Amino acid sequence: MNETILIDESGKRTDGRSIDELREIKLTIGVLKKANGSAFIEFGKNKIIVAVYGPREVHPKHMAQPDKCVLRCRYHMSPFSTDTRKNPAPSRREIEISKVIREALEPAVVLEDYPRAAIDIFVEVLQADGGSRCAGITAASVALADAGINMRDLVAACAAGKINNKIALDINDVEDKEGSADMPVAYLPNLEQITLLQLDGILNKSQFTECLEKALQGCKMVYEIQRKALMEKYFGNDLSLDDENTEEIKE
Amino acid sequence: MSLSRKSPIILEYLRKRQMLDLLTTGKRLDGRNLDELRKLEIDFDVIKKADGSAQVKLGNSEVIAGIKVETGEPFEGLEHKGALIVTAEVLPTASPFIEPGPPDEDTIELARVVDRGIRESEMVDLEKLVLIHGKIVYTIFVDCSIINADGNLFDATSYAVISALTSCKLPIFEIQDDVVINTGNKKDPPITTLPVSITAIKIGDTILLDPTSEEESCMEARITITTNSNGEYTAIQKGSTGSFTLDQIKYVADIARNKGEQIREKIKELMKS
Repeated sequence: MNETILIDESGKRTDGRSIDELREIKLTIGVLKKANGSAFIEFGKNKIIVAVYGPREVHPKHMAQPDKCVLRCRYHMSPFSTDTRKNPAPSRREIEISKVIREALEPAVVLEDYPRAAIDIFVEVLQADGGSRCAGITAASVALADAGINMRDLVAACAAGKINNKIALDINDVEDKEGSADMPVAYLPNLEQITLLQLDGILNKSQFTECLEKALQGCKMVYEIQRKALMEKYFGNDLSLDDENTEEIKE
Repeated sequence: MSLSRKSPIILEYLRKRQMLDLLTTGKRLDGRNLDELRKLEIDFDVIKKADGSAQVKLGNSEVIAGIKVETGEPFEGLEHKGALIVTAEVLPTASPFIEPGPPDEDTIELARVVDRGIRESEMVDLEKLVLIHGKIVYTIFVDCSIINADGNLFDATSYAVISALTSCKLPIFEIQDDVVINTGNKKDPPITTLPVSITAIKIGDTILLDPTSEEESCMEARITITTNSNGEYTAIQKGSTGSFTLDQIKYVADIARNKGEQIREKIKELMKS
């Protein structure tokens, strides 16, 4: 089998990154005026907008739960987001991803604080570039924070995978199609809990551990970006981000 | 839209307490150890009209997988490969909580995870199933009907699919004057490996394998790990609204290799008899 060359001799990948490097991430918070919380993320070539509405009344009413809030999530790809037009009707893939995104976020949200209410999360992929579920979770988590919803931790997500028999961080579109494994992971960095884990592709025992640990490292890098974006939004650009300063703000 | 729901199965308070108390001593309601699987029974070739079939019983969970082979166009971008399509449906016979109608997200996830386990392990060498490159290929449909649901449908369905696939006979198609002819002869499918999935759930801090539906109604998180004949990992899916630590995942990953190998041997043994 002749595998496409995804890592050149100098260790650079098709988009010029090293194997331990994330794509460029730009995270903007509060981009939608009508939503309770929102975020726009550019994760490599991914462009994803997330809106959070709620806590609000549940319709239909029988869906409401007496002891906690209902979390609802829709992941959707715009018809123009991919190379060939995507049918706008929800595909089986989108239904599954809506579910795994919700399940990745749910452990972080304090649902018990909003009984009989619903929180809606809308993840719209405007341009897709591989790893859109991870980018979506990352943006959705800060959008929830922007909506002022009580959370136990932020949720940071990142994938790792195998390309040309090497474990690499943050697989892009080409590497996902041509590479041999892709493992998206979502992580609560402070509580050290894994809330999303998927794998397709073949990994042996040591590669599996390496891949999972590398993805967790990536999640921690993503977490710093999320934290920085939230700080910038709520405390302005001029503040440096060390903990001492944040302590002062609290006082 | 995906939304959080309560498990439709609500365990009686005392039954739940009994289960949780037992779990602290490492035992389960049905007397199994935490890492013990239920009895696996497989009947091969139960549906004579299908090109291959298997009926799997994993405890009380029961699944029939049937295979139909046709010819058709290849998938876009995969012109050099035959097509393999795995579907799953939880029939209304399976439990009082299932209603007929379009599949819900749980069923879609089930079908996609089982499909991913088979596809990503490259169990069937699909490159050998091309008649005219880019135009006509074998299309293998593996349709699964869950007729009784008592937990761990992921594994029961996955075992039914691999049993049906390994035991099926492909009709031999030929191209004569640009027309597809069914020669009436049959051949074995090009099987390369036997991917076996193992599912574990977490209740409190306890990890248990092969959960029943009672146990699933109390679970916080679920994980399904598929390994191939070489002991390599080929597919993983974490599910449900809880979370795992890194150590818990490594623990399940190790168990999935060992138990997967036992199931693989068991399926091979059942096939011979």
